Amino acid sequence: MGEVSLVDLSKRFTLRLDGQTHHVQALSRVSFSVHDGEVVSLIGPSGCGKTTALRIVMGLETASGGKVTVDGREVRGCGFDRGMVFQFAELLPWLTALQNVMFGLEMKGMRGAELRQTATRYLELVGLGDSLNRRPHQLSGGMKQRVGLARALAVEPKVLLMDEPFGALDAQTRETMQAELLDIHARTRKTILFVTHDLDEAVLIADRIVVMREGRVQDVMTVPLARPRPDLGLVRGMREFADTRYRVWRALHEPATVH
Amino acid sequence: MLEVPERKPPPAADEAEAAADAGRRRPVPAWVITAGSLAFILAAWEFFGRDVNPVFGSYPSAIVEAGIQLARSGKLWTALLDSLQPFAVGYALAIVVGVPLGLVTGRFRAVEAAIGIYITAGYAMPLVALVPLLVLWLGLGFKVKVAIIFLLSVFPICINTWLGVTAVPKTLIEVGKSFVAPDSVILRRIVLPATLPYIMAGIRLAVGRAVVAMVIAEFFTSISGLGAIIITSANNFDTATTFVPIIIIMFMAVALTFMIGVIERRVAPWQAEIAGRDKQ
Repeated sequence: MGEVSLVDLSKRFTLRLDGQTHHVQALSRVSFSVHDGEVVSLIGPSGCGKTTALRIVMGLETASGGKVTVDGREVRGCGFDRGMVFQFAELLPWLTALQNVMFGLEMKGMRGAELRQTATRYLELVGLGDSLNRRPHQLSGGMKQRVGLARALAVEPKVLLMDEPFGALDAQTRETMQAELLDIHARTRKTILFVTHDLDEAVLIADRIVVMREGRVQDVMTVPLARPRPDLGLVRGMREFADTRYRVWRALHEPATVH
Repeated sequence: MLEVPERKPPPAADEAEAAADAGRRRPVPAWVITAGSLAFILAAWEFFGRDVNPVFGSYPSAIVEAGIQLARSGKLWTALLDSLQPFAVGYALAIVVGVPLGLVTGRFRAVEAAIGIYITAGYAMPLVALVPLLVLWLGLGFKVKVAIIFLLSVFPICINTWLGVTAVPKTLIEVGKSFVAPDSVILRRIVLPATLPYIMAGIRLAVGRAVVAMVIAEFFTSISGLGAIIITSANNFDTATTFVPIIIIMFMAVALTFMIGVIERRVAPWQAEIAGRDKQ
């Protein structure tokens, strides 16, 4: 199981600018669910609150109102039921790829031979079986993000939370990573909440797309593309892809609906 | 002796040649440049130093001679031991106290608010002025030397560590949090390694201060150690002998700094690798 629900999630930031206190409403009553085994893209312009929502789901930030549940249980703070893949991988630079993956597992309490075996297995899953002992600065951007993915997957979370993980990669690497992610999803059936600002990416990888604007959910739409999607190049040529992409584009550009 | 500088072409020319060479062939190793520069300075000192009245100055060969005499009489070894023991204890204590204190101060807002001000003030403290008071408290022996060396070197270590902690990227700490790591684990396994380059820089800076502290301690307190040799020989206008401990202390500080550099590359190799150490 791995069903995530955001229920009436609100977040207010207080800023002090030029001696004046400003309140910024980052999220206003955001509600949506990610079903078990589903991939949901959370898309919106920068500043729309999508990353804030993801960070609250992870437990790195607290909500001002509302709640987040995983399989019906309200979450408080971080937990091993959720795994985070950060925007810039955020590997610990003094550890090797293997040790970076082992770090999360150790925190979960794993010790001994099992620790090394599990970490190795997950690095093999993301295609880094032969780079176990490289340090982050000896890895390319794509490889770093693979390690980040392996680190999050290794603790076997129910839900994978991904914060624009491929945004900093070059176009070609990004495409490879998207295909890789779909492949891993096909094999593990993880629930994935994926934040992105890339229209194509949002459509290619998701079952459903949540469009956010100005701290609100603007629209939720289903992607009428079958799984598995082994050839993303082919998917891009499909009519359903173009249609969905256009619908998302419209949702991002038409005047915001007021709830 | 007089021929030395003439026979050897000046290193300035050497370096210029080396630089020109670097583009074409393998660059000249750094230690060769350092050795050349050192040889040039010593030769020049020897050459010009001989013309100076021995009360006002000295020159390398006279200093070496005075050093050999000091060593033969056994005075040098006792003095060295008298100085190095409190130095080692005071400096080690400064590291053992300064690093954890800096880590905790940098990491926890409340600790920073409570004791940060003392660390900043302590760094700027005119310690020399406090030496008489320290003597009243601790007497004239080993203990007061350790205290002075400790007090002068603990603050740069602590401040650097503190500064290093505040420079740790927030996202790295969030990585720890996302894996439910307790504060103590985040401090030890994320903050400490991320701060290591700063800590090592603080430990390096503290070498200079600890050495100065050692000499100050011996000037003001006991009639022992390398500081005492400086004082007594200076009072006897024996300038060559005065230089012996000074040179030894400088050599010691350079050797210690070099050793710390070696340790730094061992404990924080990723730092040099990231920086690339690419110099022209």
